[in-house]
Amino acid sequence: MIDLQTVIEQLNLETIASIERQNRPVVGGYASDLLSCAMRGAKKDFLWVTLQSHVNVVAVASLLNLAGVIITEGNRPSPETIAQAEKEKVILMLTPKNTFSIVGQLIALGISGE
Amino acid sequence: MEFTKKQELIYNLPIEHVMRKNVITVTPDTTIRQLKEILRINRISGVPVLDGGHLVGVASIEDLIKALEVGELDVPVGQRMTRQLITVLEHASIIEAVKKFSQFHIGRLLVVNEKGTLTGILTGSDITRGLLEAINLNDHAKELKRNPQIIFREDIVSDQTSLILRYHIKEKDFKSGGSASSKIKRAMEQLGISPQILRRVAICAYEAEMNLIIHTNAGGELIVEIEPELIRMTITDRGPGIPDVEQAMSPGFSTAPTWIQELGFGAGMGLANIKKCADSFTIQSNLGTGTQLDIVIQL
Repeated sequence: MIDLQTVIEQLNLETIASIERQNRPVVGGYASDLLSCAMRGAKKDFLWVTLQSHVNVVAVASLLNLAGVIITEGNRPSPETIAQAEKEKVILMLTPKNTFSIVGQLIALGISGE
Repeated sequence: MEFTKKQELIYNLPIEHVMRKNVITVTPDTTIRQLKEILRINRISGVPVLDGGHLVGVASIEDLIKALEVGELDVPVGQRMTRQLITVLEHASIIEAVKKFSQFHIGRLLVVNEKGTLTGILTGSDITRGLLEAINLNDHAKELKRNPQIIFREDIVSDQTSLILRYHIKEKDFKSGGSASSKIKRAMEQLGISPQILRRVAICAYEAEMNLIIHTNAGGELIVEIEPELIRMTITDRGPGIPDVEQAMSPGFSTAPTWIQELGFGAGMGLANIKKCADSFTIQSNLGTGTQLDIVIQL
């Protein structure tokens, strides 16, 4: 099983919150910019790939116990969102790449969608 | 009394809760030279050997030393590994693991599932750490029981005892979106509700909470009632009401304004998600008066 640290290194992601928990396992992935779809499709220890970067992303990730959130296309969360992520111990990762490319790389690493 | 509780805790702690899941493995083709580096870099004393995903042996620091003594640096691990596989099932109690450690005098145990696939690795220090964590959690749970705010106490007798959590949700308060659901989730965790039920409760609570924030004129109330056999959620607001409940229930239908949809809300999946996660779900809505959702999840 792959861990978050490997994903961060392989995909060259910038980490901005709760970075002390990078050794947690990643068991799957989900991509959508619709929060209710993520609520339904993403599961515990999944990575969620989205271009949304506002504070409610943290709420979804925390409620689902996600491994972390990869925010794509260079979107940067507000200081308030980062503070909330630290509080809820949600790992936020940033990339200038788009969701399609990131999902492709995650699948190449052996992370599946189910 | 105290002693038996702790004993019970130890007997009930499954191996999968304390094992390490990120297992570093090698293949039979890995050379002794590479093995040396893998052990050194990861600061570990042995690795499972997998051939096409199948467990075929263990290469330990002992095997390494023996090979080094005779200068066999480029020999494949497959020829020098220990072939005796001492495994434990992931669902077994850690007591099983302790027995095997003392029986075989080994440093690590291979953890497998029913199909014999390697799922983790277990050392003595993993067990110590797991036990300390479990005892700590148990003490924490006991503290909660002593807390008079928690009403699930044996000395309170009624025909029906339940715990009621009440949350006031403000309209258009997106910044707090999900905070009531987070509190509900945390409460459920403290009460020891299973992860599967927890997920369903969290999804229902989140969607209902977001609906109050997105759609109501004057916010609403989210009430969670926890009974010994079920969790009941009642969500009420004072308007505007849903013109066509059936239409609102159909996946993808949304009345959220564009700016809200751009934030990823208003996907039209909220009520459909609740329906999927609830054992029973009803909506009553009157235009102008308001909406009430009744959600039941069986424990």
